[in-house]
Amino acid sequence: MAFKGQIVIDTEHCKGCGVCVPVCPMKCIELSKEVNGKGYNFTHTVNDNCIGCASCAMVCPDGVISVYKKKI
Amino acid sequence: MANTDIEARKQELLNEGYEQVYTKTKVLTDTVMHYCPGCGHGTTHRLVAEVIDEMGIQDKTVGVSPVGCSVMAYNYFDVDFQEAAHGRAPALATAIKRLNPDTFVFTYQGDGDLAAIGTAETIHACNRGENITMIFVNNGIYGMTGGQMAPTTLVGMKSATTPYGRRVDLNGYPLRITELISTLPGTYYVTRQSVQTPAAVRKAKAAIRQAFENQKLKKGLSFVEILSNCNSGWKMTPVAANKWMEDNMMPNYPVGDIKVDGKLVDNVDVSRLALDHPLTVMQ
Amino acid sequence: MARELKLMKGNEAIARAMIASGADGYFGYPITPQSEVMETLMAEKPWETTGMVVLQAESEMASINMVYGGAATGKKVATSSSSPGISLMQEGLTYLAGAEIPCLVVNVMRGGPGLGTIQPSQSDYFQSVKGGGHGDYQLYTLAPASVQEMYDFVFDAWDIAFKYRNPVLILSDGAIGQCMEKLYTRDNVARWTEEERRANAPWATWGKPATRPHNIITSLELDSARQEVFNLKLQKKYAEMKEKEVRYEMLNCEDADYIIVAYGSSSRIAMKAMQMAREKGIKVGLFRLITLFPFPSKQLAEVAKRVKGILCVEMSAGQMIEDVKLATECGVKTEHFGRFGGIIPTPGEVLEALENKIIK
Repeated sequence: MAFKGQIVIDTEHCKGCGVCVPVCPMKCIELSKEVNGKGYNFTHTVNDNCIGCASCAMVCPDGVISVYKKKI
Repeated sequence: MANTDIEARKQELLNEGYEQVYTKTKVLTDTVMHYCPGCGHGTTHRLVAEVIDEMGIQDKTVGVSPVGCSVMAYNYFDVDFQEAAHGRAPALATAIKRLNPDTFVFTYQGDGDLAAIGTAETIHACNRGENITMIFVNNGIYGMTGGQMAPTTLVGMKSATTPYGRRVDLNGYPLRITELISTLPGTYYVTRQSVQTPAAVRKAKAAIRQAFENQKLKKGLSFVEILSNCNSGWKMTPVAANKWMEDNMMPNYPVGDIKVDGKLVDNVDVSRLALDHPLTVMQ
Repeated sequence: MARELKLMKGNEAIARAMIASGADGYFGYPITPQSEVMETLMAEKPWETTGMVVLQAESEMASINMVYGGAATGKKVATSSSSPGISLMQEGLTYLAGAEIPCLVVNVMRGGPGLGTIQPSQSDYFQSVKGGGHGDYQLYTLAPASVQEMYDFVFDAWDIAFKYRNPVLILSDGAIGQCMEKLYTRDNVARWTEEERRANAPWATWGKPATRPHNIITSLELDSARQEVFNLKLQKKYAEMKEKEVRYEMLNCEDADYIIVAYGSSSRIAMKAMQMAREKGIKVGLFRLITLFPFPSKQLAEVAKRVKGILCVEMSAGQMIEDVKLATECGVKTEHFGRFGGIIPTPGEVLEALENKIIK
């Protein structure tokens, strides 16, 4: 069974620590070149490969990632 | 994205047939945590809050914060909270629990607080078998005051007060307080976990859940050490700090259960106290 | 325990008053000359009757912090110790004052400095009323002079502590703690019910219901502007105590040419010295301090206007005398007489000091 995932990132509260980047099995998140209001390079999605595994959310110290998925 | 946009986007996904897999628990407040980017405190806070949420005990929980980086933990947990003097959290928790036996009481302390200035309070609360949960975040350094040597600083590890590396002849050995308290009859559950990978986070959360469940069953003291990075104190990026933690902290502070259901785990014995893992030097 | 006439030690009176006044918890550590407080509590087993919790801690630092934790849940919690142990508690006391936690601390003073002696002394006056720990704070300080007052002041302490959200200190000494006297006990006051606890301490931490924001007990405020506002609030509270909660006793002060100012054990010796002086035709009065903070400055200043001299009697090198001089703005001849190191002065010595230092 395959899943399609979506993540919603509270970019204003992301501190750009980047610990979510290497743990994504689908390589779909990176740190943005842009910065948020606090000057952090916030995390963002770069492709549609997300499977909703929530690995990124698991390691996020600030809880800024919400994860959704549905069967496809 | 503004808050309203985030909520709109979440609703949109639900409307499109997505189910929510994860979102930040309401037991954490909306206050932005003051921790450095990538710090393990944030993740550990999240896990404790999620356990409180899932057990439905928000209205019965009293937390005790230490002095150190997590001194203001009370701003982040939406539960009643007391802030203790440096090292004294287990004394506060002892009285809170004894006077209010129906509440869930947890302390949240760092290595300097729990294993240096508060050693007596830690050991005696553990030895009395107080029916509380102790969360111990070990990052091998005093973070809040600017990265000085902690009791858990590794041999050879550089800090603001060991600028050339910790030396045994000058500073003595790192203290494995978790192994030490596991030998006390009052401790029921003693474990060491970490929060640097999704798998580690899931295990750490299960351990914290177990520690709170034990309290519900009045089993005595449950003690969960969480190995954490201190990327600012270690002067590394968060990702590099997590790697360094795996390479250097973990051989000295092995992750896993030490005592379960009041019994030392079979393949673990207190010889860990005798430093059976060679101490490594900070690169 | 209903109203009965009993004979007991001052330390025992403290313990029995804690149970009778509905205390929820006591946390202590043994030290001479106050160990009978916890010994009495352990022998009485109040956890089987009133439900009061009693625990022997691993140190005075732990016991004062247990008081912090327990009292911050809105319960009536106490500890007791003697001078060296109270020194160890100073960190906890400033945190208690800074977090505005009502509680009761009893100091049965012994001689210092350092390990000093186990005999009675009054040399912790400065530590008690001038801020033994860091920061601008005050403890409401009651000085009992009898076993009866040891008992009664425990009841009074809870009222003041919760009215002002402030720690209360009963400053006694080894003589009052160890001496046996008669006392009238009071009717038992029931421990607060859950509803009473919540009504009397809405600020406390007992588990956040959905109906209120989470309560936080802390003395930390990193924003200097807000920390100053908080300090001003504390000072206002202390000013209100000075206005409304001063306690003292005057004996034969109306016609006195000279007065003796004293508190606790010293005031009883001074009372005898006063009688001896009056027998010799010297008109001496006694101004006994009951609260050391707030200090009865106005009342003492009023009396001082009418007399020719003041003798301050303390079992110390001269600590209380500073507040006497401040109160009277040094408007009248004021001298100190004291013994220290655990020596209790005799009434004859006090009278001699009065004659030699003040009258002559």
